[in-house]
Amino acid sequence: MKKHWLDKPANVRGLWRGFLAVLAGLLVLELGVALHPHFAVDAIFGFHAWYGLLACAAMIAVAKALGLVLRRPDDYYERGSHD
Amino acid sequence: MTDFYPHPGIVLALGGLLVAVSRGAIRSAAVVLSPVVALALIWSLPEGVLWRTDLLGYSVVPLEVDRLSRLFALVFGLMAFAGGWFALRQASPFEIPSAFLYAGSAIGVTLAGDLVSVFVWWELMAIGSTLVIWCSGTPASYRASVRYLMVHLFGGVVLFAGITGHIIDTGSTNFAPMSLDTASQWLILCGFLVNAGAPPLSAWLADAYPEASWSGTVFLSAFTTKTAVYTLLRCFPGTELLIWIGLFMIFYGIVYALLENDMRRILAYSIVNQVGFMVVGIGIGTELALNGAAAHAFTHIIYKALLLMSAGSVLYATGRRKCSELGGLFHSMPVTTLCGIVGALAISSFPLTSGFISKSMVSQSAADGHLQLVWLGLTAASAGVFLHAGIKFPWFVFFQKDSGLRPADPPGSMRWPMYLFAALCIVLGLFPQLLYSMLPYRVTYEPYTMAHVLTQLQLLLFSGLAFFLALPYLKRTPTITLDADWTYRILLTRAAHIAADLYGRSREAVAALAQSGVERFTAALSRQHEPGSLLTRPRSTASMGLWIMLLLLAHLVLYHSS
Repeated sequence: MKKHWLDKPANVRGLWRGFLAVLAGLLVLELGVALHPHFAVDAIFGFHAWYGLLACAAMIAVAKALGLVLRRPDDYYERGSHD
Repeated sequence: MTDFYPHPGIVLALGGLLVAVSRGAIRSAAVVLSPVVALALIWSLPEGVLWRTDLLGYSVVPLEVDRLSRLFALVFGLMAFAGGWFALRQASPFEIPSAFLYAGSAIGVTLAGDLVSVFVWWELMAIGSTLVIWCSGTPASYRASVRYLMVHLFGGVVLFAGITGHIIDTGSTNFAPMSLDTASQWLILCGFLVNAGAPPLSAWLADAYPEASWSGTVFLSAFTTKTAVYTLLRCFPGTELLIWIGLFMIFYGIVYALLENDMRRILAYSIVNQVGFMVVGIGIGTELALNGAAAHAFTHIIYKALLLMSAGSVLYATGRRKCSELGGLFHSMPVTTLCGIVGALAISSFPLTSGFISKSMVSQSAADGHLQLVWLGLTAASAGVFLHAGIKFPWFVFFQKDSGLRPADPPGSMRWPMYLFAALCIVLGLFPQLLYSMLPYRVTYEPYTMAHVLTQLQLLLFSGLAFFLALPYLKRTPTITLDADWTYRILLTRAAHIAADLYGRSREAVAALAQSGVERFTAALSRQHEPGSLLTRPRSTASMGLWIMLLLLAHLVLYHSS
């Protein structure tokens, strides 16, 4: 079977490099674009970048913590006759 | 005599009836044409009250059109069209008729001009949607549909109590903004919120929707929650409580979707998340926010249906629903992958997609109102949407590890509706005026400024970075996450078993006690009747005379001594 170009690790590494370059580019662009901050906090440089990153990290952390308490095997409700 | 206008909702439901009784080419034609006729009617109806009658002295308006109702009715009709097309190959012959009853009732709610009509269509919608879940035909879907129906009948009862009380309070059946100053209005709000997937009863959505067939879930995603959004827009614009309810829904959806393994349950949680954005917009209540909520409902129906068609195609082709059993499907399902990605980009509000032009209106209205906390919440949530739906869904279904599965893309009747909705996601993103011109208020908002595009791209792409950095922590496991439905699936059933057990045992104990008590009493009674016992013993006349004398003396002392 022909290998898809996405199956080659070298291409995936290339995608990663491109992605990181785009991220850096977005931060650089902020120097040249007049943003219109509404509050004090979003006037800080790169607000949307670091806020997005931190918010995602926080949401993953909360989800993991909740998972520790509320996660069950997926046949939980089918077990026994309690449905 | 004014002109007669057919009701598009009734037309669609009758079309469903035709689908149910016909076969072959006539059936296919009925599936495709019923929504087309309904859409043409919705488009052509003039604004104003079109049907009015009196019922028990109250004014009932089953058909009334304005900009807001036409917007929702249009997208519901569009959804019935694409959903019916997608479901053409569905083996269950009654799914499309049920779905058309469901869609027709949703259109009925949006075109209703009074609370009585709203209620009637509301209940028909619950029946139609339950039938759609039933058509899946599995024992699990039957049990889920019963739980679903219970929740919605409960919501219906609450709504009915509210509407009845409101009519008694005000003497009018008016379907108009309310100020939440009576108990009846609170009940109406609660009834609407049950269908919106608001806490504490939000679990019905993720419980029931993924149990429907590969095509059934596509229908289910559109109507119930968005009809609730419509009724909230009508009756409770600017109700601050809704901001906080909406924010809760947004984060609930993200967190549960992050933990979920079933691909369609991920998307079901994400419905609650997206409806949360609309509910926040309704709570903010400015013209921009209400426009944003309505626009977001419109775009959301399209991209969520697209995502669920993509997931439905995967289920159709592989018979699998769990992310832990999927992966690598892009090799053999390029069309499904591409359409899934377009839907994922749209739900994430990527610039040039429909989600960008609608959701940004809600965020902008929070910023304009200087609601910093709300704005920060919405911004974090936008990042979270990309995380839980925008990347997670396509990544785990189509990429990640190679599951070795090589199913082909679905047949044309399933591919074409996906093309249609994918195209709509892009077209609405490129030409926002198409949608903006249909919104209830005039739009001055400009989505494509350099600042908007740049900040949105920063937010989304850095969230993408967070996803791939955190990937080891996001590995899918064959697990579910307990939700509020645990209370009625486990806690209450166990409590009921315990209560029944206790009742049974206490009944036995009481019966045994009563038995022995009666026996002892009768035994004692009969003992006293035996010869020589207390009642049959012979007594002497002397002692009787003594007792009577004592009684007379006592009488004398008590009554005649003073």
